[in-house]
Amino acid sequence: MIISVASGKGGTGKTTVATNLALSIDAEEVELLDCDVEEPNAHLFIHPVFEKTETVFTAVPQIDEEKCTYCGKCGEICQFKAIVVISDSILPFTELCHSCGGCVEVCPEHAITETGRELGVVEEGHSNGLRFVHGKSRIGEAMSPPLIKKVRSHTNPDKFTIIDAPPGTSCPVIAAMKDTDFVLMVTEPTPFGLHDLKLAVGAVDILNIPRGLVINRSDMGDDKVREYAKEVGLPILMEIPFDRKIAEAYSRGDMLVEVIPELKEKFLELYRRIKEITGQEEAK
Amino acid sequence: MKELIVISGKGGTGKTSLMSAFASLAENKILCDADVDAADLHLITAPDVRQQHAFQSGNEAMINPDKCTQCGLCRELCRWDAISEEFEIDAIECEGCGVCVYFCPEKAIDFPVRTCGEWFISDTRFGPMVHARLGIAEENSGRLVSLIRKEARDLAQNKNLDLILTDGPPGVGCPVIASIGGADAVLVVTEPTVSGKHDMERVIELAAHFKIPVMLCVNKSDLNPDTTEEIEAFAKEKGADCLGRIPFDVIFTKSMVKGQTIFEYEGNSEAGNAVKAIWENVLKRLSA
Repeated sequence: MIISVASGKGGTGKTTVATNLALSIDAEEVELLDCDVEEPNAHLFIHPVFEKTETVFTAVPQIDEEKCTYCGKCGEICQFKAIVVISDSILPFTELCHSCGGCVEVCPEHAITETGRELGVVEEGHSNGLRFVHGKSRIGEAMSPPLIKKVRSHTNPDKFTIIDAPPGTSCPVIAAMKDTDFVLMVTEPTPFGLHDLKLAVGAVDILNIPRGLVINRSDMGDDKVREYAKEVGLPILMEIPFDRKIAEAYSRGDMLVEVIPELKEKFLELYRRIKEITGQEEAK
Repeated sequence: MKELIVISGKGGTGKTSLMSAFASLAENKILCDADVDAADLHLITAPDVRQQHAFQSGNEAMINPDKCTQCGLCRELCRWDAISEEFEIDAIECEGCGVCVYFCPEKAIDFPVRTCGEWFISDTRFGPMVHARLGIAEENSGRLVSLIRKEARDLAQNKNLDLILTDGPPGVGCPVIASIGGADAVLVVTEPTVSGKHDMERVIELAAHFKIPVMLCVNKSDLNPDTTEEIEAFAKEKGADCLGRIPFDVIFTKSMVKGQTIFEYEGNSEAGNAVKAIWENVLKRLSA
């Protein structure tokens, strides 16, 4: 079973919920995958020891100018302006390449082969028995979905997998949520939180995945998030009130469940509710 | 004319709240919301939309079942696993590369232009604003960002405005790269948390990669004064200008709930004075 933790708006507490939920569950049962590869943060809280690091590449063209006749077919098929042929010169712009392989396929002279552009790294490790995997994109790299997919390829199907998703509603978050069994949405009860939550719910509904809501800093804004959740049938599974002690603990990288141990039971209850909704456990 | 982009790396550090506050302070400017994925600035500026345009970018492959002989070549060539065994294309997976369209022996695949969102030119009580909405689960956010930045620049030129104030997206990927390229400066808004610091380091590295001058301010600075110090030390070492600190203040949430900037909500607050000082520093740096 795989759940993703998503929000639309950044900074609402996705990583807080993902890491504390993971730490509340028996380490044997659960694993955590941080798919916010542009800004991965979960490792700052759970301090894993990494055992494996893999550099991930995407295929980009490499041209053998000896064979190239400058026919221009590669430039024609490329939708991303990543190869330009002008009279008798050919210029690959590999940073723009989406790795579709069209140029390789279309070249009549077999003058194009593929080499790699680094997307980033995937690191795998453990923290007190909890299995942890994350990706970290190379600075300057624009494409994150292939790296997110690579992190997800490390999913262990025997575990309860928690995916920490990136913010937003476009391709990176879709790559993190697609084909998961449940999306746990995290928001704050403010106009920005609500607006972006609506967008995120729209994305989850396109993917047709069951969803539930955690309201963080639940006493700080207004009631509109709760009204909206009721209106669209988004069950509120947990509320975490604002507490300066929590904010300060977070700032240091301390775990909520360690600062306020009572919260562990609330996270376990959240775990039970998720299993109930997804039919993994009989409703009580 | 100068263009300043507000970015943060980590989401939720206060980019848009600060942008709105700047909107109250800045003169002779245009606002641009480049966080096209989850735009929020309009919730404060309440734009009166003057122009609305469809954003079309890229193409989407669609198999015509009447012509398709199910030879399977497209499935073989597609690197996104976007074509099902029933020869239907999953629009979410389709990258729009056109390889299947090109090689289909029956010419059975259409390749219409994709409408990925909308963009707007609006009037606000702070002056003109260019903003956009990327369709849900759509691609090409970088291209939409580039488009609205260009529109903002053109409009600023036509109206003789001195400043483009752009609210950027979180992260360091495609839309952020599109937001900062060629800008006069970026202002990094961070918070003194382990994640705020980590993400700030990456976004400063990104700005350095594209050779954009960096200014920095620390929001909620009193939540962790030691980390605030560390952040400023790191930023200085990387050649960034540290413009000031904003204390944690519920006024940001309270004014947001009312759809106001912090200055509209309350003329004189501790956070407001800190923001004013930062804004004066921004102006000094931009005109230097």
